[in-house]
Amino acid sequence: MNTSHTPAMQLEQVASLAREFKGKKDQLMLVLLKAQKITGHNALPEDVAVVIAEEMGVTKNHIYDFATFYAMFSTEKRGKHVIRVCKSTPCHVNKASNAAHMLEKTLGIKMGETTEDGQFTLEHIECIGVCDRAPAMLVDDEVYGPVTEESIPGILSKYQMQGEEI
Amino acid sequence: MEEVRVLLRNVDRINPVSAVDYMNEGGYEGLKKSLWMSELDIIHEITESTLRGRGGAGFPTGIKLSHAHNARSKNKFVLCNADEGEPGTNKDRILLSKDPNSIFEGMAIAARAIGADKGYIYLRAEYPYIVPILEQALENAREAGCLGDNIFGSEFSFDIEIRPGGGAYVCGEESAMIESMEGKRGEPRFRPPYPTVQGLFQEPTAVFNVETLANIGPIMYRGADWYKTMGTKKSHGTKLYTISGNVRNKGVYEYEVGVNLKDLIYEAGGGIPDGRKLLAVQTGGTAGAIINKHQINMPMDPAYVADSGGSMGAGDVLVIDNTNDIVDILDNVLSFFVHESCGKCTPCREGSMRLYQLASGIIDGTTTSEGMENIRELCETMRLASLCGLGQSVPIPVLSCLDNFREIFDEYIVRNEKNKKIAAGGAK
Ligand SMILES: Cc1cc2nc3c(=O)[nH]c(=O)nc-3n(C[C@H](O)[C@H](O)[C@H](O)COP(=O)(O)O)c2cc1C
Ligand code: SF4
Repeated sequence: MNTSHTPAMQLEQVASLAREFKGKKDQLMLVLLKAQKITGHNALPEDVAVVIAEEMGVTKNHIYDFATFYAMFSTEKRGKHVIRVCKSTPCHVNKASNAAHMLEKTLGIKMGETTEDGQFTLEHIECIGVCDRAPAMLVDDEVYGPVTEESIPGILSKYQMQGEEI
Repeated sequence: MEEVRVLLRNVDRINPVSAVDYMNEGGYEGLKKSLWMSELDIIHEITESTLRGRGGAGFPTGIKLSHAHNARSKNKFVLCNADEGEPGTNKDRILLSKDPNSIFEGMAIAARAIGADKGYIYLRAEYPYIVPILEQALENAREAGCLGDNIFGSEFSFDIEIRPGGGAYVCGEESAMIESMEGKRGEPRFRPPYPTVQGLFQEPTAVFNVETLANIGPIMYRGADWYKTMGTKKSHGTKLYTISGNVRNKGVYEYEVGVNLKDLIYEAGGGIPDGRKLLAVQTGGTAGAIINKHQINMPMDPAYVADSGGSMGAGDVLVIDNTNDIVDILDNVLSFFVHESCGKCTPCREGSMRLYQLASGIIDGTTTSEGMENIRELCETMRLASLCGLGQSVPIPVLSCLDNFREIFDEYIVRNEKNKKIAAGGAK
């Protein structure tokens, strides 16, 4: 858990999102998934969790207990884009570990790390249900595959260009 | 071997979000018919069809409906399990993204049969791109009078909401899914009570797999007798098969229940490319059995597959070629369970970790015949003492792999024993 300083405007956005679901603990998943996107770091830092807790009427502890259970959440800052490379058996037998290594090499980071410029976090994920595109990966909400040495630069540049526009 | 497209009838043929397109192809006729039938008559028709759950466990759908029907409460729910977390399963994704109305129709009929007015679709976090499709399809279905208040002008009202998952395989287990939907960690509940008695928000809840639901509309429209003309003597209807791994034509196919596994691999899947050879097949997902190349001549009929040491699960066929090492495959399978065990009960939490270490030890030399004994004992403990199906099924891939590839494991163990002796000798 990090004590980060989320910009006030983002906290306000999170607050108004969470307010909509006051007393509706059953909508916690939806709120956290959306909040994570608002922060721009794909994470739920402490100040964000505090705001959600207050607005929804749940404890901060519950939010962390909940969030740490699910693979999609992180309490540590991640990159602007999260690359999730499938490691389950259908991709594994299609040499997913080669794809993972190529991504590590291209980005200059290891699995679980974030690039210095804060653009990408690289993670492993279990089956994403697109076994016909093995070895497959998700970049944010988008599916890619088969991931090859040739296809990686093109995919990454799509997101790097997005970064420049902003 | 001919594909029989009952569930996939509309795939790539209609606009998936259009209820009108769906109706033009005979969609919602099953629901319309059900609106004028008694609850018990609907349940009777589905029971007669012998439809069994397509989510892996194969529970008779008619019986589940009647349990939920008998539960006394004003509030009941129909829950569509769209978590599809079993590695090597893609079929629900196809239905969700290409023909969502077929799922809504099944949910509405199930709701009508048990007396529910609210349904949920729990959609896995790994399918975020399906959310807008489902939302649009729901909106259009309401507009066309297929969902919402007074469906098709009847007394019956029913609506559906989407709930997202957070990336946890165990949430595909129905009681864990319900916990997750209540804003909690997705840890399975102790049972009984079963969800049909006490499920979501403590109310009776009937949980069905996506593919199961897609069967219900056609069954109500065309009747149980028609349904039973497909399949084998013991199991009826069609089944969606996901063929993955080292085959030419990876994808989702629909055949009558009972099609031969060999044909799925070599005809539908197009065989193994680049002159490589078959090493192994895992049927039924990562929780399913791993068999060798001499065992693939078997009909994919749940009744038969179980007898021959396989498992059908959700209809997954993972083809593994001879560029792979079977011990490495086992290692990969176990790393999945280590990652996905929710940790609520000790046999599964500790057992998965220990099994993974022992499997890795086969490759790196630390596991000897004593370790192999430990693997079998751990499997027995997990099978008997784990709280949910996750822990209980870990022994299936492990033991089948050990038994069906005995020589390969023996070779490794002989090598490991020899090296251990040499090391011990050197230490003297
Ligand atoms: C660990 C585990 C994971 C499961 N994952 C799924 C899943 O992803 N989809 C599914 O439909 N059923 C899954 N199931 C089975 C469900 O608990 C439940 O039996 C099923 O949704 C019932 O629907 P059906 O009768 O239509 O098959 C899983 C079970 C276990 C133990
Ligand atoms: S068997 Fe495994 S997944 Fe199931 S409750 Fe126990 S620890 Fe959790």
